[in-house]
Amino acid sequence: MARIDVTGLTAHGCRDLLAGGDASAVELTRAYLDRIAAVDGSVQAYLTVDEEGALSAAAAVDAKPRRERLPWEGVPIALKDILCVKGMETTCASRILKGYVPPYDATVIAKLRAAGLVFLGKLNMDEFAMGSSTENSAFQTTRNPWDLDRVPGGSSGGSAACVAAAEAPWALGSDTGGSIRQPASLCGVVGLKPTYGAVSRYGLVAFASSLDQIGPLTHDVRDAAALLDLIAGRDPRDSTSTGLRGPAGVPARAGLEGLRFGVIKEYLGDACEQGVLEVFESAVKTVGALGGVCDEVSLPSVERGVAAYYLIAPSEASSNLARYDGVRYGYRHAPSEDLYDMYVRTRSEGFGAEVKRRIMIGTYALSAGYYDAYYAQAQRTRTLIIQDFTAAFQRFDYLISPTSPTVAFKLGERIADPLAMYLSDLCTIPVNLAALPAVSIPAGFAAGLPVGLQIIGPHFSEPGMLDAAYALERRLKVDTVAPLAAGPGVSSAEGER
Amino acid sequence: MISRQEVEHVARLARLRFEEDELTRLQPELGRIIDYVRQLAELDLSGLEPTSHAVPLKNVLRADEPVPGLSQEEATGNGPDVERGQFVVPRIA
Amino acid sequence: MSAGPADPGRARGAGVGGGAGRDGWEAVIGLEIHVQLSTRTKMFCGCEVTFGEPPNTHVCPVCLGHPGVLPVTNEKAVEYATRIALALDCRIAKRTIFHRKNYFYPDLPKAYQISQYDLPLGVGGHLDVERDDGSILRVGITRVHLEEDAGKLVHAGGASGRIDGADYSLVDFNRGGTPLVEIVSEPDISTPDEARACVMQLRNLVEQLGVSDVNMEEGSLRCDANVSVRRPGDPFGTKTELKNMNSFRFLQRGLEAEIERQIAALESGERIVQETVHFDPATGTVSTLRSKEEAHDYRYFPEPDLPPIELADAFVERVRASLPELPAARKERLMAQYGLSSKEAGLLAANKPLGDYFEGLAAAAGDVRTSANWVLGDFSAHLNAAGLEVAQSPVTVDRLAELLGLVSRGTLSGKMAKEVFEAMAGTGKPAGEIVAEKGLGQISDAGELEAIVVRLVAANPGPAEEFRRGRERVLGFFVGQVMKETRGQANPQLVNELLRRHLGGPGG
Repeated sequence: MARIDVTGLTAHGCRDLLAGGDASAVELTRAYLDRIAAVDGSVQAYLTVDEEGALSAAAAVDAKPRRERLPWEGVPIALKDILCVKGMETTCASRILKGYVPPYDATVIAKLRAAGLVFLGKLNMDEFAMGSSTENSAFQTTRNPWDLDRVPGGSSGGSAACVAAAEAPWALGSDTGGSIRQPASLCGVVGLKPTYGAVSRYGLVAFASSLDQIGPLTHDVRDAAALLDLIAGRDPRDSTSTGLRGPAGVPARAGLEGLRFGVIKEYLGDACEQGVLEVFESAVKTVGALGGVCDEVSLPSVERGVAAYYLIAPSEASSNLARYDGVRYGYRHAPSEDLYDMYVRTRSEGFGAEVKRRIMIGTYALSAGYYDAYYAQAQRTRTLIIQDFTAAFQRFDYLISPTSPTVAFKLGERIADPLAMYLSDLCTIPVNLAALPAVSIPAGFAAGLPVGLQIIGPHFSEPGMLDAAYALERRLKVDTVAPLAAGPGVSSAEGER
Repeated sequence: MISRQEVEHVARLARLRFEEDELTRLQPELGRIIDYVRQLAELDLSGLEPTSHAVPLKNVLRADEPVPGLSQEEATGNGPDVERGQFVVPRIA
Repeated sequence: MSAGPADPGRARGAGVGGGAGRDGWEAVIGLEIHVQLSTRTKMFCGCEVTFGEPPNTHVCPVCLGHPGVLPVTNEKAVEYATRIALALDCRIAKRTIFHRKNYFYPDLPKAYQISQYDLPLGVGGHLDVERDDGSILRVGITRVHLEEDAGKLVHAGGASGRIDGADYSLVDFNRGGTPLVEIVSEPDISTPDEARACVMQLRNLVEQLGVSDVNMEEGSLRCDANVSVRRPGDPFGTKTELKNMNSFRFLQRGLEAEIERQIAALESGERIVQETVHFDPATGTVSTLRSKEEAHDYRYFPEPDLPPIELADAFVERVRASLPELPAARKERLMAQYGLSSKEAGLLAANKPLGDYFEGLAAAAGDVRTSANWVLGDFSAHLNAAGLEVAQSPVTVDRLAELLGLVSRGTLSGKMAKEVFEAMAGTGKPAGEIVAEKGLGQISDAGELEAIVVRLVAANPGPAEEFRRGRERVLGFFVGQVMKETRGQANPQLVNELLRRHLGGPGG
């Protein structure tokens, strides 16, 4: 049997290898484990690699006659460490959850298990998904496979880096203010944030409940559509879930004739780097070349998005993260003088600086006397943003913008300035506030670093939005595998064979 | 801006404690963030309803039918301190 | 901080428990009552609601507050809460939402309680409470809302088993997440007696709705009270919150002690601090519960995990139609239908099983007045003395109807009937049996029996002659004949006496 080259291999590619008998599930899984062994020393995308579990799940697939297998059975996947997997340590990259082994599966995990996917392991992230660089992990610093001195973005930085470095064919992440799309953009992969409610949040460790969504990070749009269809659906365990109105299916659109694209004016100002703007403008031309119509649109309220987000998300987070109290699971400071002392020491030692900062902001914003001025006002701003998007979608089928105003920045560059870090989510945040679906696809490079294009659709427009993204992706032809050399001291996969 | 006293009060509410040097750094950081988000307080949004649920769902209810839960071992398996099937907490002063 | 001794006896003696304020003070009391709903499963997860099971055996990731879990509302709990709100004449909100109430405590797994805040399920109701003197106090119901219960904390080590002496505590989450309805009253109550009557009335009401076990000792009905005192006509004084009085007696005694404490404090020039106080039944004193806790700031905000509930008019009307006859309506009906007094009808309406018993008895015995007197008199006294519920009494409706039948047929006198009733209640035997055993039949009336005896002796000259010749056994024949004639209800002793007299003694 020929050696499997996983670089550039999509999930569809994996499926074809398995279906055609060109690889067994164990061989495929082994190939990814080898790739992880070869490059993860440099990338540091994984927090947990479940070699044993993955190989035994793959062996179980191989034991079934091919004819009886489900379409994606035996295809590996990697998971952001914010998703609860029964029996597999789930930390949210936080000391406070170190050693926590969930007694249950997230709904998306149960769905993927039922579909026969093989779980390679858990991926690094900003602690509790709070961050835009994955530097807020309590455990390790993930690097951008395109330039190891740069951040992969965040908070799903491990997921984006892992796919870009071919350490998994695809991965799941979560997006609260851009946490799938921004790292996808910075790592040159596809990242999809579904409509709020399309995918169950049950088992997704909550950051900001009214904004969080799980979504795919993949090499291409077809993989994103396929993974979305695997995880979407109304879930009786998530009262806010609705599922999709129809499956995303297999995107196949060739042109963009008849589609109107609004170019969001507010995102093209000074906040955007020149190189990013150039790639974006070129993408706009491609839209036109494919027959789509582009026009500028103004959504004045989106400029208030970051401010509204940095009230709503920390407020919800301050409540969601109150359960980490050292009583039922996770880290506990011991011995303690009394209960209050235990609470305070456990939480102060267990949470990192950014998490504590946001708990402080949220607690402040919700506290007596400030609720109306901050939290309620942010919720009204949210209403305003929803109204602006609704109006824009009267004129346009989709809205487009750069995903991130900048390319991947250097490690450590923004960590000291929280507000600057927050502003890297300028273009992605309003989408979460309005509960809309959006996808980031690779649009090109600036100074050798990937630049993403964000396509935003109306609620539940995923099938059409991904169809349009597919047409653009085919024309743009951006390479989504980082030219990653194995790090020093790490033997290559070839060497091991 | 946010006063030192307010920072300490909020920290107590959140069951967090900061060392002296952390507080010195945190207070102006929080101040800058709060000044930034305060821009919203200046907007006149009096005609708008706050959005707390962005997707218009209602009446999502569950039938009153039991579903199996966890065993005592599973329930307490992650507990840092467990005694006779119960979670132990320090003296409540 | 100890609030200092407060002698409940002294408080009662001072008239605080009775009605009029002491020394020109009056108390202002509002109640917060928590009712555990008797749904099969918890408020937001599918775990069974249980009592007395081994710790942490009816729990799941949701009610343990694990990372990533989400709540899903129990529709039965919504229906039950709607029943309670309607029964209290509340307006049902067109749109109601859940809020998070944030605070840290080990029995609260998420460190927030899913509760309701500014859009509760029901508002603006009332409850008419009958005072001991029969007058009616209308207590306003501010709100009725749904929330989830906390787990159970057991304080270990130390001597007292109480929180302040404990070395550590143990947490069991079986109870955590049980559906609760919180009923908040207006501060319309002025005395501990009224407060007790109000809670009793509420308990009876909720019991009749079939939505809770309403057992104070087991905690399925819990009562907190907001208490302040003032000089009549003054604005409200500072209130304290008196927590968790788990019986009607403790509710009354706790209120008495707290009112006394506040009056004593104010009279000695101290100020009342707004705080939570705890009544200790062992000492009869109140003390502050959480002295180290800073001022509460619950940081309420709308629960993002739960969409709003908009109860359709059709649903509300369906629930309204399904309500059993409520005490107020039943009282009216009992007065109109049976001509009962307001007091009688009130007592029967407040206690559903007793009311049902009365109506059953009236139908079976046919005499309303007698039925009412018996049910409210001897039967109620028997229940109280034996500490029984209506359903537990051996004197069923049919049996009491039988007894009343004996009276109405003239078989028993009223006085004898009371005696028979006592025996029925004590032995569980039916009336006829007791009457026969005890020879309590009306036919111990010598005149009536004598007529029978004379007739029988005349009709049986042969056996009579045999007896006179000394065949003592023949007496048995005559006794049997008398019993046959009286269906066994003749007093055997008296029958013997009369027979001997009319037969003439042997050799006599």
